[in-house]
Amino acid sequence: MAKQRLRQPTVSVTPEQYKSLAQQYTPKPTIIKNVVRAFVVGGLICAIGQVITNLFAAVGLARVEASAAATAMMIFLGALLTGLGVYDEIGKFGGAGSIVPVTGFANSIVAPAMEFKREGYILGVGSKLFTIAGPVLVYGIATSIVIGIVYSFLH
Amino acid sequence: MFAMIIPAFIVGGAICVIGQLLMDLTKPAFTPAHVLVSFVTGGAILGALGLYEPLVKLGGAGATIPLSGFGYNLAKGAMDAVGKRGILGAFSGGVEASAVGIAAAVFFGYLMSVTFNPKG
Repeated sequence: MAKQRLRQPTVSVTPEQYKSLAQQYTPKPTIIKNVVRAFVVGGLICAIGQVITNLFAAVGLARVEASAAATAMMIFLGALLTGLGVYDEIGKFGGAGSIVPVTGFANSIVAPAMEFKREGYILGVGSKLFTIAGPVLVYGIATSIVIGIVYSFLH
Repeated sequence: MFAMIIPAFIVGGAICVIGQLLMDLTKPAFTPAHVLVSFVTGGAILGALGLYEPLVKLGGAGATIPLSGFGYNLAKGAMDAVGKRGILGAFSGGVEASAVGIAAAVFFGYLMSVTFNPKG
């Protein structure tokens, strides 16, 4: 390998031009890649949720009940896979596709609680369960109450 | 058994893409916590305006499994309960309608956190 010669540059740009060109082109492919991955992973998780909903419906549950049961089951699966360390791997690949479904909500509950176990079962596990679930419930429930109040005045 | 799977895949995937774009285009302002909170709130507002219901009809679990479906459920519960109990329903309805999800998240979340230890 010692005698290998440097070949002539094939593109004639100054380092500055190269930098601006590189900047111009790098972000786009990662966004497209992330979007495709989020679509596939998020879509697959929801498709699994649909299969579970269909299974509950086949057992005789009404549509709303089957949907609630499937949500609970997906939360169980998300929490279990987080405990096993599998969900983190899905998250690295899927990005928002693994965050937005309820399985991601379950992940946001288990991951910090598990991490802070050494701080005890009350102030460690008990409180860190709500690191992200807390804000989600606060804003979700508060919004629903405001909506309910507005609705009651309109009717 | 396999009904609605393709619509669920497409609608669910599309909703997740919105979350991914929110994170990528506002980097680093939007963390996963921000995404979850905005989806619950957004889902509730869209539900109140009657815009999320068609999505649920179209995509099934593709619309109910994302956190926006949780928000939709909260809003729908609050509005339905107002019809039955008046203003008190505004306070009871949302949590009642999503009680299974909230309780499951607390219970299974606690169970798994106690059972498992973080990797590495």
